[in-house]
Amino acid sequence: MAQRTFTIITALVVAGLVIGPVTAVLWHGGGITVLSAADLSALQFTVWQAFWSSLISVTLAVPVARAFARRSFWGRSALVSIMGAPFILPVIVAILGLLSVFGGNGFVNVFLEPLGIPKLDIYGAHGVILAHVFFNLPLAIRLILQGWLSIPSERFRVAASLNAPIFKLLEWPMLCRIMPSAFAVIFVICIGSFAVALTLGGGPKATTIELAIYQAFKFDFDLSKAASLAVVQLCLGLGVGLVALLLARGDMLGVGFDRVVQRWDGSLLLDTSWIGLATLFLLTPLVAIFVAGLSGLADLPISIWGAALRSLLISLGAVILTMLLALPLVTKAGEVASLLGLSVSGLVLGTGMFLIIQPYVRPSSVALPVTMLVNVLMALPFVLRILRPNMEAAKNDFGRLGQSLGLQRWPLWRIVYLPRLRRPMGFAAGLTGALAMGDLGVITLFSRPGEGTLPMAMYQLMGAYKMEAAYGAALLLVGLSLGLFWAFDKGGRAHAVV
Amino acid sequence: MKTTLITVAGLLFGTAALSDGHTPVLTVYAPDYFGSEWGPGPSIEAAFEERCKCDLQYQTGDLLPRLLLEGERTQADVAIGFNSDITKRARDSEMFAPHGLDLSPLTLPIDWNDDTFLPFNYGHTAFIYDNTKLDGFDSFEALLDAPDDVRVVIQDPRSSISGLALVLWVQAVYGDEAEAAWLRLAPKIVTVTQGWSESYGLFTDGEADVVLSYTTSPAYHIIAEEDLTKSAAIFEEGHYFMVELAAKLATTDQPKLADEFMAFILTEDFQTMIPTTNWSFPAALPMDQWPEGFQDLPMPETVLFYTENEAAALRDVAIEAWRSALSQ
Repeated sequence: MAQRTFTIITALVVAGLVIGPVTAVLWHGGGITVLSAADLSALQFTVWQAFWSSLISVTLAVPVARAFARRSFWGRSALVSIMGAPFILPVIVAILGLLSVFGGNGFVNVFLEPLGIPKLDIYGAHGVILAHVFFNLPLAIRLILQGWLSIPSERFRVAASLNAPIFKLLEWPMLCRIMPSAFAVIFVICIGSFAVALTLGGGPKATTIELAIYQAFKFDFDLSKAASLAVVQLCLGLGVGLVALLLARGDMLGVGFDRVVQRWDGSLLLDTSWIGLATLFLLTPLVAIFVAGLSGLADLPISIWGAALRSLLISLGAVILTMLLALPLVTKAGEVASLLGLSVSGLVLGTGMFLIIQPYVRPSSVALPVTMLVNVLMALPFVLRILRPNMEAAKNDFGRLGQSLGLQRWPLWRIVYLPRLRRPMGFAAGLTGALAMGDLGVITLFSRPGEGTLPMAMYQLMGAYKMEAAYGAALLLVGLSLGLFWAFDKGGRAHAVV
Repeated sequence: MKTTLITVAGLLFGTAALSDGHTPVLTVYAPDYFGSEWGPGPSIEAAFEERCKCDLQYQTGDLLPRLLLEGERTQADVAIGFNSDITKRARDSEMFAPHGLDLSPLTLPIDWNDDTFLPFNYGHTAFIYDNTKLDGFDSFEALLDAPDDVRVVIQDPRSSISGLALVLWVQAVYGDEAEAAWLRLAPKIVTVTQGWSESYGLFTDGEADVVLSYTTSPAYHIIAEEDLTKSAAIFEEGHYFMVELAAKLATTDQPKLADEFMAFILTEDFQTMIPTTNWSFPAALPMDQWPEGFQDLPMPETVLFYTENEAAALRDVAIEAWRSALSQ
């Protein structure tokens, strides 16, 4: 009972942290604005691209995740870690990286040209989807891979000895449980896309709701419209979250001895090709970013280290707070509540928080904590998506055993649940940290010079024509994000039970 | 231990937060690029503090949205970095006070007699290209007639001030025919970006041959990189004028310091710092005092400009012509 009260309170706090700021902006703007025809077409495009981007990401992730689940090879875990990188790249870096591969002068066209194959034109709706798949495929792969690893090894052995169809009996039910929520999370991420959609989409045809919010805020200072569009985003996020909840069926596969699975099935050639293709797609732009940034590293000013340190602290703070909020929220309702924070525009969230705090403190003196808080709200859905299947499995499998042994709540968590959550918690913490690190975020709304974060310094360098140094800063950022991600992820796996 | 803590705190929170309580503080709101260590902010701060025996502190971020959010509560004494195409919204807020300065030192290519918003630098929109790869274009018509494989990258007028200047430029040159002009340019536009940085990055990466930027952009490459290959195409139809402005807040609690700062803007000390820190033309400095790389820049003969009222009235039409043509 106490546990449930705690969950409800946390869910209310999280929902309040999202709805409060949106309401403040709406209040300040003087109420709801009716959407214009242009807004409606932006809404249509937003939903369309988000649907296809998430569907393709999740679908492609299935064979890749299965290949990773079935094969063990040298460097596998490092590869799984590095492949997660696109997801945590700052937008502008990812765009330039993608274009150096798929753009007019990119590798692909340089390779195609001598073969007499017509040039690939990346700009258009397909470009938007390609970019979003590039960003989100890594997340989808990891979420689905987790599902695979959650099937007890005994099941595979029994299936093997009975010569039973593994896919139908074991894998399909798992996918039915995992895929709808993975789709929902990625869909919500794609709703908020703006710069990527615009640049890869090639122009105003690729206008999203987020762009309309940005315009309403920066140019028209039409807070009412910005908030109204944010409400639309909220409804979309909530809607897709509920649908995913309804669709996600399939039972847990029950308890096993909690051992590592050894597989014998599947074609080696097929699995190798899937892993190879995914690696090529996800890592080539990263190599381009690495090469471009290497020469710029020498141009970086000393002050970049202060910015890097601030980013690192924001990131660690975000990890701690996210984990504290996440543990009581590992329930169905908690997961849906958390989607609110991700679906709503960071610009509106930041503005709302600004309005709420400004009667009491100077907003710029709390720029860093507010940036951190927004990062926490945005990371919660991923974290819960990662933790919940594991938590439910642990509860189903060992909860009753624990109770019959008379374990109190805390020992139950310490002996049974936390060890089983350790691996997903490491992964989730790594993701949160890396995302917070790379987020330009609301700090651009209000800050003081000399207090910027690393992504901010990168944009400032670009704005001052120092493109090389900016790419150097980008490389530093990617390196730190990945390092942070790797450290948490690795920490979670060390001595982990599952 | 204590020194370490102070060092760490200093790294984290800069020095701006530290003030001894006796020195008067002038709070200046500015855009992020202005206050960054690569912008004009730091040298202007040092020069002004020497004069005023005060402490100039910047607060950076989105200038107008932030001021409007804060309203009368704002701590700002002066705001610097407005663009003339959006000053109507700022003026309508009635948050600003007249500067009371004699504007005769101004050296702008247009007449300026605004009693509230004071220019500190200017530029013109221009298309930049690599002169080792393209011959350039001597008119807007020539750019529109260029082969479709010339790849142009521009900024979105809905999210970027230079993008907005471009659609006003097309509006000024083509008027009712703006949409037709956009239709001719459309096949050459590889993509539209959120802001200037993304566009310029695509250009320097070779993803585009031509980028929408400013007449002053080549000066950066000439002075900072000794690279002479970047040129601005000067169009005979003229170029859209972009000016950046400063204004004093009506609610300032440091009116004297604020006035002093506004007056400082027009001085030679301030103006000579502008070209190589903000990479734009100083608003009140005769051309013979400009740095060398700037004096040699080709200047447009005709300057096109909409007043803030005209810009506000034409904005929606100009953006719609762009949107409609590029959506086809």
